[in-house]
Amino acid sequence: MTVVQPLKGDAPTKSASADGGDIAINCNVSKIYYGSFLAVRDARVAIHKGKITGFIGPSGCGKSTVLRSLNRMNDLIQGFRLEGDVHFLGQDIYAKNIDPVVVRRYIGMVFQQPNPFAMSIYDNVAFGLRLNKFKGNYDERVEHALRRAALWDEVKDKLKASGLSLSGGQQQRLCIARAVATEPTVLLMDEPCSALDPIATRRVEELMLELKDDYTIALVTHNMQQATRVADITAFFGVDISKGGRTGYLVEMGETEQIFQRPREQLTQEYVSGKFS
Amino acid sequence: MTDTTAPQLPTDTEEAPVLTHSWADRRALRNGMFTIGAWLVALIAAIPLVSVLYMLIVQGGSRLSTDLFTELPPAGFEMGGGFGNAIVGTILMVLIASIIAVPIGVMAAAYLAELGPESQLGRVSRFLSKVLTGFPSILAGVFVYAVLVLAMGTYSAIAGGVALSILMLPTVVLTAEEAMKMVPRKMKDAALGMGCTRTQMIWKVVFPTALPGILTGVMLGVARVAGESAPLLFTALFSNYWISNLREPTASLSILIYNFSSMPFDNQIELAWAASLVLVLIVLVFNILSRLFGRPKY
Ligand SMILES: Nc1ncnc2c1ncn2[C@@H]1O[C@H](COP(=O)(O)OP(=O)(O)OP(=O)(O)O)[C@@H](O)[C@H]1O
Ligand SMILES: [Mg+2]
Repeated sequence: MTVVQPLKGDAPTKSASADGGDIAINCNVSKIYYGSFLAVRDARVAIHKGKITGFIGPSGCGKSTVLRSLNRMNDLIQGFRLEGDVHFLGQDIYAKNIDPVVVRRYIGMVFQQPNPFAMSIYDNVAFGLRLNKFKGNYDERVEHALRRAALWDEVKDKLKASGLSLSGGQQQRLCIARAVATEPTVLLMDEPCSALDPIATRRVEELMLELKDDYTIALVTHNMQQATRVADITAFFGVDISKGGRTGYLVEMGETEQIFQRPREQLTQEYVSGKFS
Repeated sequence: MTDTTAPQLPTDTEEAPVLTHSWADRRALRNGMFTIGAWLVALIAAIPLVSVLYMLIVQGGSRLSTDLFTELPPAGFEMGGGFGNAIVGTILMVLIASIIAVPIGVMAAAYLAELGPESQLGRVSRFLSKVLTGFPSILAGVFVYAVLVLAMGTYSAIAGGVALSILMLPTVVLTAEEAMKMVPRKMKDAALGMGCTRTQMIWKVVFPTALPGILTGVMLGVARVAGESAPLLFTALFSNYWISNLREPTASLSILIYNFSSMPFDNQIELAWAASLVLVLIVLVFNILSRLFGRPKY
């Protein structure tokens, strides 16, 4: 039950082939450029419904770039260019007739730095509902979202207080509540815990595990323990410096357990065993 | 070359480091002297403002009464009187100026800050705004005289307000642009990530967050034009009567001060002082209001 309107253009073309029923986003990127700089090549990643897909890899390998291309956040960067396609529930979100603004309402995002608006806690969570002209009971939805984000008990007595008055960890959970309030189909999280202390990190991780019953999550993380703790499937990205540039690419992807215990590639083996970093 | 009084780096010796404050230390002395110097300069900078205020209160304070606000300006040898019509006229024309300059200025600022900061149009209009901040105010009057007063065939409050809006606009544009640029990038990204269009991002996130700064800009603009006389001389002129419509010559405090201060009558000169005091108070009230409303809510 989403509050958002359908994507502009044709209804999802349920082609029998490409999208197996359990795939939310089928990312089929062959090249991503920033200007003339080839940042990423050959990133073919399937984000499965109801699962947490972790993106790991060394800094600069293009994890954020790939993640942000899944809801067209990169469109806002000058010089960004993508070759390939990204299918969301069977529709190519890079097709001509797609409105990126609508795409972002279905595919929500939680950023590395907590970024609540300069509004009350309540208004932060209600922001997306108002944006989508939600017609139901706001108080109920706000409470539900805050409970979902494991923040309700801490803020229920001060919903009118500024979102910026919360601690960093609380702010990040507020941002998660804000993102889930509109019940997007997919949640993209770019290192959501990197600004948090270990305890807050654990809370957010628990939260992700709870959320995955209802949401599909793609998670970028630098923390390999985090990937093993929460990700069902892990995609490992590497950097190719052979042709003079620094181009990220997908090295391998599989069940998290397989990636960490029985990697197919030498590179993955070296990275997950810590030889890299 | 090296500062001999610099604190010793911890060494292996058992001796405890000296952490106490001492004036014998040259660094402490220099710091103290600089602080006193800064105080003195700040004090000197405040002297003109304080002395002007003092003079206004001494000279104009004695005439402060409700008559000033309800009576019309006296003619020649008349005693008493006030300048109620000039207060109304000033407030009215500043209001007209704000109604014109604030929406245009804030929209332009939104364009400069968010939509096309580096575009050709953006660059040119930012440059022009900066030029316009130093625009001689009398030229705004002459310009509006040429395009409005001549066309309407009369001096008017409208023409006065338009002339003031020209002077107000650049202040509003530049301060509002700064205020919007201060809104953190990550907040804007959050809005776009929620599925806002650029326009929605500006209205729902950037404006509310930048509101205190924008209001400060508006108040600075108001303060700048409230005391202007040169542009009104060519546009609103003056009137000794209460204003009845916007298309007739209109009184203002600044022109009243200009007129009365050069008259050979003590009564008028006293009124000019009182009008100066009232003008300063009006600007002050606007400033205080902007602080009250412009305080960040969150
Ligand atoms: N806005 C941009 N403009 C130009 N180049 C960019 C931009 N953003 C990222 N890049 C480049 O693209 C490459 C991939 O960057 P990206 O941020 O996706 O890496 P990452 O894997 O997320 O790294 P990290 O782990 O440090 O966050 C880098 O070489 C980076 O310099
Ligand atoms: Mg990154």
